[in-house]
This record gives sequence, structure tokens and C-alpha cells, in this order.
Amino acid sequence: MKWIDYATPHSVREAVDVLSEAGGRARVMAGGTDLLVALRAGVYDIDLVVDGKNIPELNEITYDPTNGLTLGAAVPCYKIYGNQAVATAYPGLIDAASLIGGTQIQGRASLGGNLCNATPSADSIPPMIALNGTANIAGPNGNRQVAIEDFCTGVRQNALGSDEILVSLHFPAPVANSGANYIRFIPRNEMDIAVAGAGVSVVLDNGDIKEARVSLASVAPTPLFVQEAGDAIAGKPANDETVRIASGIARDAARPITDMRGTIEFRQHLCEVLTRRALNTAIERAKENN
Amino acid sequence: MATTRDYEPNVVLSNQDYNVVGTRPLRPDGADKVTGRALYGADFAAAGLLSGSVLRSPHAHARIKSIDTSKAEALDGVRAVVTSADFPQGGEGPVLWQRDNVLASDKALYRGHAIAAVAAASPHIAEEAVSLIDVDYEVLTPVTDVQSSMKGDAPILHDSLMTDELGEKADKASNIASHFQHVKGDVKAGFKEADVVIEREFTTKTVHQGYIEPQAATALWNNDGRLHIWCSTQGSFAARDACARILDIPVSQIRVVPLEIGGGFGGKIDVYLEPVAALLSKKTGTPVKLVMSRADVLQGTGPTPGSYAKIKIGAKKDGTITAAHAYLAMEAGAYPGSPVGAGAMCVLAPYDLENALVDGYDVVVNKPKTAAYRAPGAPNAAFAGEQVIDEVAKAIGMDPIDFRMKNAAKEGTRQVHGPTFPRVGYEEVLEAMKSHPHYNAPLDGPNQGRGVAVGFWFNIGFDSACNIAVNADGTVTLQEGSTDIGGTRASIAMQAAEVLTLPYEKVRPTVVDTDTIGFTAVTGGSRTTFATGWAAYEAAQDVRTKMIDRAAQIWEVDADTVELEDAVFKSKSDPELSMTFAELAGQLGRSGGGITGTAAVSPSGVGGAFAGNIVDVEVDPETGKTEILRFTVVQDAGKAIHPSYVEGQMQGGAVQGIGWALNEEYYMSDSGTMDNVSLLDYRMPTSLDLPMIDTVIVEVANPGHPYGVRGVGEAPIIPPTPAIANAIENAIGTRLFALPMNPAAVAKAVMDK
Amino acid sequence: MPGKTYVQTNINGEHVDFLCEPRQSLLECLRDVIGLTGTKEGCNDGNCGACTVEMDGRIVTSCLVLGVEAEGKEITTIEGIADGSTLHPIQQSFLENAALQCGICTPGFIVASKSLLDQNPDPTEHEIRFWLANNLCRCTGYDKIIRAVQDAAVKMQEA
Repeated sequence: MKWIDYATPHSVREAVDVLSEAGGRARVMAGGTDLLVALRAGVYDIDLVVDGKNIPELNEITYDPTNGLTLGAAVPCYKIYGNQAVATAYPGLIDAASLIGGTQIQGRASLGGNLCNATPSADSIPPMIALNGTANIAGPNGNRQVAIEDFCTGVRQNALGSDEILVSLHFPAPVANSGANYIRFIPRNEMDIAVAGAGVSVVLDNGDIKEARVSLASVAPTPLFVQEAGDAIAGKPANDETVRIASGIARDAARPITDMRGTIEFRQHLCEVLTRRALNTAIERAKENN
Repeated sequence: MATTRDYEPNVVLSNQDYNVVGTRPLRPDGADKVTGRALYGADFAAAGLLSGSVLRSPHAHARIKSIDTSKAEALDGVRAVVTSADFPQGGEGPVLWQRDNVLASDKALYRGHAIAAVAAASPHIAEEAVSLIDVDYEVLTPVTDVQSSMKGDAPILHDSLMTDELGEKADKASNIASHFQHVKGDVKAGFKEADVVIEREFTTKTVHQGYIEPQAATALWNNDGRLHIWCSTQGSFAARDACARILDIPVSQIRVVPLEIGGGFGGKIDVYLEPVAALLSKKTGTPVKLVMSRADVLQGTGPTPGSYAKIKIGAKKDGTITAAHAYLAMEAGAYPGSPVGAGAMCVLAPYDLENALVDGYDVVVNKPKTAAYRAPGAPNAAFAGEQVIDEVAKAIGMDPIDFRMKNAAKEGTRQVHGPTFPRVGYEEVLEAMKSHPHYNAPLDGPNQGRGVAVGFWFNIGFDSACNIAVNADGTVTLQEGSTDIGGTRASIAMQAAEVLTLPYEKVRPTVVDTDTIGFTAVTGGSRTTFATGWAAYEAAQDVRTKMIDRAAQIWEVDADTVELEDAVFKSKSDPELSMTFAELAGQLGRSGGGITGTAAVSPSGVGGAFAGNIVDVEVDPETGKTEILRFTVVQDAGKAIHPSYVEGQMQGGAVQGIGWALNEEYYMSDSGTMDNVSLLDYRMPTSLDLPMIDTVIVEVANPGHPYGVRGVGEAPIIPPTPAIANAIENAIGTRLFALPMNPAAVAKAVMDK
Repeated sequence: MPGKTYVQTNINGEHVDFLCEPRQSLLECLRDVIGLTGTKEGCNDGNCGACTVEMDGRIVTSCLVLGVEAEGKEITTIEGIADGSTLHPIQQSFLENAALQCGICTPGFIVASKSLLDQNPDPTEHEIRFWLANNLCRCTGYDKIIRAVQDAAVKMQEA
């Protein structure tokens, strides 16, 4: 690796100051499981790594059934699925947190880091979109929020300014009769990058779908929020025919490429399969959650 | 995954019981290996050690016009830079190719081809220096698959390479290095007699041995002119001899010290880093260590060939195979020498055929020079042959094991390439498969299927040496030169212990360097327990004879009246005369001096190994994902010296085969780049991808070895790809003809049905 | 260009301090700076698990941790698993079950398995396979490794 310096700010203010001073030549590191690989491959040309793990707000998990979940950007996956209350309230997030990489990777990797990395295949982003998540960002001009579906702007490009830091992610409190699920397709059973992934959420009302959100991984330059899929099934009965309407729209919305992980045709096909299976699971979870 | 077990998962069908041979003691290097103390190639340290890094070609095919190393040399911390110009020049054919592969001279022939190397104060500085070396390339069009490379319009890799066409040299440059044939009987007539004839074409992709430890070597070209090399290698003598050839120095000038090795499977027999480290050390006067990155390993070592095969088999309704034709074309990589010859020897070996024809083609392509990967050439051929066999059996309505039994090769069968089988255990393997609980268990779900396949590997003998010395406390030390990749220190010591009637714990084996033992061929070719074990057997016999002579001398009787049993020397005539091995050992000093035994062997009684697999799969038809539900390996080991490590070979080879079948491949771009150059996307099986791998060790003693040993390391990798293909066909009703049978390919096959 | 960073940490129960460049991984520091070569490099990008260590109670791939991040942490490497000259039951079980052939992946597997059994003393076969999926072995096919962990779990519960 070429030479880098390393800084460990102990507050958000300090982090913003360090980033501002670095003039775009710094990146924030959470678990490091993406950043260090990218640095060694020469993907980023920076002089300074800013460690976010000593900043309290980036490492906190706050949940209550009224205000929802505020998840620090650097909280590693194992702390998320190890938190009983969070795991019970947000199984859709746990789906992703427990399958990123393997056990060792989950000891370090964070959802905030996964989001900032902004690759199309990120496993945590579709469920975060499905759960209506927002990103809390701090910068020299104060704090702002960005909907997670708007956070990624291109491959490895995100909405952060070079002097801004992602502090935390916020998810509204789960409502009764809601359910979410993230599934992905990989060739092995662990460790792989998603060939395609589907993160969905539903809210049921008396056997009908009141609202639904569908988001896809690995089939566009950014994680895809397929609003039209959820809109098309709102008000319809929660059954196989309805699910297939949404999964068909998801397949048609996908804009994949052919690369070493999959072909266009295979990925389009998988979008339909995964969206359908995820919606069925989300509906099951919603029925159990009343 | 199989849950309840009401059968023994690991069985040894033993034909003979011994005292030590056939037991399962702890390996002697165990404490070091479970505590992290064992020193592997990259762990070596020495005073003044410099770190090296290698510049590799980004182009799959290019002429090297010039190399400018000045900026690298000027970097603070850099102590030396070398290119092929620093090697002795000249030579042709295999010697030149070997040297050229280590550092390219006029052409870069694959992406990853080593071009230059740097020695510096730290690995990071060395890496930075490498990026400062300027190479002027004239980029040429690459060709990266065997079928394209065989065409007349393919870009030519070597202007001087002309096809050896059935023994006659052609007169124009080609990428086809050679074409040979094996002919038995008359296949044309044979096919006419058949009621069913099936002909299919198959392709496989390049795959890598996947050893977890990247190559590593440290060299010190000492002030006295001697070159010392510490490395992870499957053959310290092979490494020594290769370096001697490449550096054009006598073998006696080189000492290779084998460190522990983190997997080889055939991929650590050739040298890549050793001669480069030697050149760097010669320039700096200090030890220089080179360690490969994973990307270097995938792009710069020796994977196994991609290939094309066409198999035609004809059979009568009663199940007799009347003719078989196997056409095999394999990629050699950048220089000639694919394992198509070995594949040709194995593809039809399980079958007693009156009429057979094998065509083999060795073809160069712009990919790394291929190296051995566990039974090289045979898995590629078996993926093809065992599927056609399956299809023919189905077409005539015969059980696939019965079909193989009907045509089984046995003692006396003449193989297509000439030799006649001595006693082999193939029928016994088939019987063990047929009667196994796995074969008779019902499948219990839609989209599930079962497949079987078999394979043969000839195994090799070649040279091994062994020295044994008796200690005063009744233990013996044993020196041998076979690096221990899979537990062979134990299996070699066990054979010596058996001869000396000592408990295993009394034999202390050590793997030693090339100055300390006689010439020993590689740890590979399934030869180590067989041949080095035989050297230990002979050295132990030498010790045994000398100990008996000494007891006889002490007792003043004839040596032929003394016997050794259960570690006690006894007189056959006088029951009063008796002493333990330890007691005699304690008296050696004052009765004439210490006793040592020695042997150098090159045994010819090599026994081939047959293996068979039964595999159950479940396919998700919507995604093409194939789960392995249950896997059983049956193999004839002749005699399993240490059954746990024989089981280990069977299980490990099976899982490599599973990865080869379902996911592994070099995903090549049009420019000849391996896109998936990391263990993230070169997908080897994880523990979560597999069930337990059940084993049955059949023991049909090899008459050519004192304990009946047949090599076991390689045969296990041959049957898995066709067994899985046959199981997938059974599950989804469609056959796949290309490896890997990854989810996209299986999903497509389901959709195209 | 600034110089090296001074790091104070705890490795295998002992206070350890060392100097390193920020770009050096914890794996590099363990092996090349501190001299603990038991932790191995197989891929340097988190995909093989050969570099597994325990850090503040969780297993991580040390190739993806910077050496400077070890500051103030408690780290356990393969060298710290045995109890003096007595092997840990997991180490003993690996030997008795022939769960290693070349042994290069063994340190990573032992540290990862110990972490599993510390948290889940009676895991199912599936739980063992899932926990260990980040550790690659190319020699054994995993069968004997899984059996070794199951065996160790039984022995440790009996103790």
C-alpha cells in the first residue's frame, strides 16, 4: 500500500475539522473491510484514513418502540444482530447483517460503511431502503438527512461532501402488521458478493397489502429503489398473484450488466425470483407481527 | 444435508492387520502445527533479510521491447533489481522455457508473467519500486482457449514451435505442440457392432490448485559461492535441480532447505520465486525473501488446463462396450507440456475394451504455464468419459454400476496405451459402492438426483532415500527428504516401526534438506507413502539385520538363530537368551559401536488406484443452485498405513472436485485478463457448502509393495465432476457438458429444457 | 513523510508495545514486527480466514485491521491458545481427529473454533459450518475439522 496517515478523532466536530483540512484527500474508516481492500488495490488515492470508531455517536445503538432505531455508522454487524431488541424489531436488517462476508468480517464490517462504500452489490442497502431509512450526516455547515435511497449516486459515489461524515442511520419504529426481508443470490452459501439481491417490506391491513417497498442489489450502478413495484400492489390482497405483479415489475426495472458475477439474463431472472421469495417471507413475518 | 446416521461414515475394509501399520497415531509434527510454531515459507527469518517484489506483465501476449529499471533503482530503500538479462543466456526447448517462465525474456506470454524483480528494505518499498519499472511492450493479440488456439488463424505464441504430429515434426509454426494416439483393436469395426453409440463434446475451464499458502522462498547466495534456499516446496531436490539448470550452476552448489508447506497439490513442484530470489541475493549479498500475493498465485503460478474433449462410446444391448474413442485437447498454458498424456492414460482405464482409440493434443495458449493439479489431465477427461458412460448405461437400461462392472478392467486387462494391469481393486471398489447404504437410500424430494462415477490414477514410484540411527534408549531417529503435506511423516515412520517391531512413538522422523539425505523425488504423484515408505522399510530392514547380527555377536551364536519379535531379540534355540530392543540399543556403544541403517530405492512395483463416488444433489430449478446433499468416496488404497490421513486425502480431493464441478474457473476477459483474481470471486467451497464426506477404504493389496500400499493422493479428484454432472442430470433431466456447472449454467439448462 | 506510530496493546495476556507504519496491517505487525508468525497470510483481503485472531472478544481477519488499531485492545493469537505446555482441548481434538493435513489453515480454524465454543458450547453441525465459513481449508474438505470441533465441544462440556 502506498503511505497513509491515520487519525482518530474523538468527536464528530473533530472529525469534520480533520476532513475539512484534508481537502478531499481523506476517507473515513469504520470496519475497514472494504476500505483497506480498496486502498491496496489503488481504488482510492488518499493520504489520510480517519478512524470513526472512537467517535461515540458512530458507535451507539439506540432503539425504542416509539422513536425507532438510531444506528451508529460504525457499529459492526455482530453488535446489531447481537442486540435482542433490534433483532426482534428489524429482522430485515438482521437478514443483511448476518450474511455479509463471514463471521470474522461481521466482527468489523458496519452498515454505515456498507452504505458509504456505495457499491451496487451492497447487501445492507436494499433492506435499509425497504425500511425507509435515513442517513444522518454532519458537516462544517451543520447536520442534514438524506433518504437512503438517495444516498448512493453512482458506483462508489455517494452524497457525502469530502468534508462530511455519516454519523448514523435512522429507521422508523416498526408498525403492527409489518414485515421485511432481504435475500440475495450467491453461488456458494456464504462469503460471496450478491449476484442479485432483493430487500422488501410490507405493511398488511386485513389480508391486503397496505404498502410495500421493493429495492434491488447488483442490477444497476446503485442499489435500486423500485417504487413502482410497491405502488402497484398497494391495496391488493396479499397473495401469490399480487406478489408476482411486484416481482415482474422488479425484473423489468433491473438494469444489470454482464460481468464475472452474472449475466444480464440471469440477473433479470433472479430479480423476479428473489423479489417474489422476499415478498412472501415479508408477508409471513407481517402476519406474525401484530 | 444428511442428518441421522445409522451406518459407519468412515470404513476400512482391511485385508490384513499389522501392529503399527493400519493404526491412527498422532502425527509427530502435530504440536508445532496446532500452536503456530511450525515454520512455513513466509515465516522464515534471517539477519539482514531484504524483501522482494515481482513485476508482472499486464498483457496476455506482448513483445518486450525494453525494460527501464532506473527509477526503481533510485528509490530510497531499494538494493537490487533483476531481469532475465541477469540469468545465464542461451539454451533451447524445455530448459529455455523453464527459465523464461521464471523471468520473461523477449515475450510476455500471459498476464502475470514475471518480468523483473526488486529487493528492498521492506515489502511496501519493494512494491512501490516495482511500480516504477518502465516496460515498453508491443501488445499482441492473445489466444486463451484451446479450441481457438488450434485453429489456423490463431496468434502464434512461439515462432519455433512446430507440431510433433504422431512422431513427425511439421514444418510451420503452430500452437499445437504435439498430437499423439493410442490405438487398440479397430474402433470402426467396434462401433459397427454396437446397438447404441453416443458421442458428446465437453469443455472445461482453467482452475487452480487453491493451496491456502502462497509461494514463498528465501535465498542467500553466500560469500563462499554456495546458494542456500529456504522455501515451501513439494520437492527440495526438484527445486534444487531446477535452480541448477536455470542458473547454470552445479547442483552441489545449491542447498535447498524445505520448510513446512501449506498445500501443494502439484502446484509447488515447479519453481517460480527461487531463482529470482537467488539472483537478487547474488546482487545484494544478503538473504532475500519473496512471497507471492494471492493475485500473483492465481496469475503467476501453474493452474491446470482448460480443455476440450469429444468422447464416443458404443455398446451392445447386453452391456458390452464394443468401442470407445476419446479425443482430448488440453491447454499447456504459455509453454508446451499439458498433462494430456496422463489424461489419455486414464480416461478409458476403468474399461476392458477390445477396440479403443485415444487422440491427445497438447496446445499452448496465453495463460500461465500449467502445472500438475492432483491427477493432472484425468479429471478433465473423466468429466467427459464418465458422463458418456452414464448416458450409454441409461440408453440400454442398465444400472450405472452394473454397466461398469460388466466392462470392468481387472488383472490382465490390456490398457489402450499398452501396459497390462497387475492385480487391481476396481471390481472391489464397484462392489463396495453398490452395497453401500448411500447407494440404496431413497431420494426424498423433487429436484434431487443421484450420480456415480469412477476414476483411475496410475501413481508413480521414483527415487527416495532414508537413514535411520539407533539411540541408546531404544528409540530410533529417521531422516527422509519428503516434505510433509498431508501427514506422511507419520506413515513413513509407521512402516519403519512395523519392521523394527517398535511402537510408533519410538520412531522420530525428520524431514531434512538436500545436503542431508540422498536424492528424493517430489511429494506428489501419490508416491510418498509408497516410495519413501519403502525406503524407510529398507533402511529399517538394514537396522534390523545389523541389530540381529549384534545380538548374535554378543551372545556368540549364529545370526540366523536370532529373531526379533515384539521389540524383543530372542534366540530360537535357547530361551534364556533374550533382550529388549532398548536393552540392546543401550549396549551398542560398548559392543562395537552405534548402528545406522540406510536405503536408496526406486521401486518399480507401483500399484494404480481406482476410486468411485456416489453423490446426491438437490437443484433449485429457479436459481440453478446445486446443493450437495450426500457424498461418498470409495477408493482402493492397497493398504492404508494411517487410515485417518488416507480418509483425509479422499475427502480433500472430493471437495476440490466439488469446487471444480460447481464454481471454480478462471473468468477470462477478451484481453486475456483473469477478472476474478481473488478468493472472493475464485470460489472454493467453504465449510457451509458441504456435507460430511463419507469414505470407504477398500484394501486390495498392491503385490508390488511390502505392505501392499497403493498411492492415494490423486485418484480422489477424478470422479467428482462427472459424478455431480450425472447427479444433476438425474435431478433435472438435462445433462451439462461444460465446467463449471455453476448456477447460471444449471438455471439455463432448466429453462432451455 | 511522518515516522512510525507507537502502539501499546495486549497480546495473549501480555503487554506488548511496538512501532509500525499506519499502512501496516495487524497481520503484518504480528508476523514481521512482533515476531508471532503463527497467524498466516493466505489472501490479504479477508476471504480465507488464515489470519484470524480474536480482538476484544470477537474474531476478525487481522489482514483487514490496521496495526495502529491494536492500541488498547486485547488480542488473542494462536500462540495464546495453549495453557502453557498443555494444549487446549480444541488443539488436542484437531490432532486426535486428524483435522489438519498441511496445517496452514489450522491456526485460523483453532482461534475461530475456540471463539465459537466460548459463545456456544453445544453447537449443531450447521452452526459450526456457518461460524467457520470465513475459514477456507483446501486439504481436508472440512469433514474432520467439523468432527474435531464437535469432539472438543463434548470434552469441554464434560470438564
